[in-house]
Amino acid sequence: MFVGHRIASVVPKEIWCHFGSFDLGFLIYDFRFVGPKSEIQNPKSIYLAMLKVISVLISKEVTLEWRQKFALNGILLYVVSAVFITYLSVGARQGNISTPTWNALYWIIILFSAVNAVAKSFVQEHQGRQLYYYMIASPEAIILSKIIYNTGLTLILALLGYGVFSVILGNPIQDQGLFLLNLVLGAMGFSASLTMVSGIASKAGNNATLMAILSFPVIIPILLMAIHISKNAMDGLDWSVSVDKLLTLLAINVIVAVTGFILFPYLWRS
Amino acid sequence: MRQSWWKFLAIALLLYTLIAGLLMDVPRLPILNETIRALYFHVTMWFGMILMLVAAVYYSIKYLRTNDIRHDDMAIEFTNSAILFGVLGIVTGMLWAKFTWGDYWSSDPKQNASAIGILMYFAYLVLRNSLTDSQQRARIGAIYNIFAFAAFIPLIFVLPRLTDSLHPGNGGNPGFNAYDLDSKLRAVFYPAIIGWTLLGSWIATVRVRMRRVERTIEDRMINS
Repeated sequence: MFVGHRIASVVPKEIWCHFGSFDLGFLIYDFRFVGPKSEIQNPKSIYLAMLKVISVLISKEVTLEWRQKFALNGILLYVVSAVFITYLSVGARQGNISTPTWNALYWIIILFSAVNAVAKSFVQEHQGRQLYYYMIASPEAIILSKIIYNTGLTLILALLGYGVFSVILGNPIQDQGLFLLNLVLGAMGFSASLTMVSGIASKAGNNATLMAILSFPVIIPILLMAIHISKNAMDGLDWSVSVDKLLTLLAINVIVAVTGFILFPYLWRS
Repeated sequence: MRQSWWKFLAIALLLYTLIAGLLMDVPRLPILNETIRALYFHVTMWFGMILMLVAAVYYSIKYLRTNDIRHDDMAIEFTNSAILFGVLGIVTGMLWAKFTWGDYWSSDPKQNASAIGILMYFAYLVLRNSLTDSQQRARIGAIYNIFAFAAFIPLIFVLPRLTDSLHPGNGGNPGFNAYDLDSKLRAVFYPAIIGWTLLGSWIATVRVRMRRVERTIEDRMINS
């Protein structure tokens, strides 16, 4: 996969031309190399270039996932099996299970599937290929593309889990809109923190225990907020009750994502 | 580090905390009674822990900027003494809770959050020990330290305030400010915070020096 060529093709000519002698990869690797802003007619084009690089990287992730379908299928099967095991263990027939239990079981399953799904984000590619990305893209672009991609993946898992839960354990959610919004925010938070943690764990020899112990404490604030909000959605409470909590969840997501964004370049360089 | 006045200050402040904290008059209140003295130990230890964690984050950032291993020594040792004070804070809090709330652990949001916070920093220690190269360990340790602190702050300062807590000052319980009309509690409370923080920094600096001595000896053995 020639990610480098594709990045080359999306970057505007004016920035490219500005560095006749430089390798294009260098430019993308570090935007500080772009030089005095006054020399480029349109400084915005740099950010635009970064956005395009990110979209190329995301499409690379999707392609990679699609080529190794076993990983995706594996994680989807993981969700379904986990739900089914819970269903059999609690011995519940439809509607027989209390709503707080439904909520807790649902989020625990989503948590574990998300940890498993995101854990591989820095593992599935070889050391050599990582070096290649290191050469052609800035660390900021890489972490953002991975966070966005993993958000999508976690959201798919969460929706699948929701579907299976609704079918076999019943669907006690009264306010679908709030619940889905909460799922989106929860998926963002999970993916922001787990992506960073999986980057850290991959530097430490990638063992699964480390991934779990590093991520669980960090993810608990997000998990607790998400559980609170989804409880409100189940009880069909008015949105005004949940607005504070939604905002808090969003704020925690932003804190975690920004910290990851700032710290990732240091991790990537080592 | 060579100066010693602050060590004497730490001893003086902690002696004052112990003597005044245990002997001075405190407001007599129902349920709390004499256990209000826990304020001087439990709460101040947590304040000291947070100040030391801030110091650890400061040195982690410094390490990432300079790649100087000596900043990493400071970061890990400040975290170590913060963990010590965190555990002491939880234990003293549990003792207090046994006499006022009736149970060592009553699933109070603040209790749970602090337990999770401590787990986060234990994970930090495990992460560091799983890395063998010292520069790699310092770098990844610093990254996780900053990352964990960013998650720790909402965990202990924001989340417990959103739910009811049994802690004074939360969920309709009056805070200590309400009891402390004549500022008698404050006269011991603030010195105690400074005293615990200084003691923690003292422990940290002693251990940092140990680390540096060990490293020098190791270097000499390798080079000779």
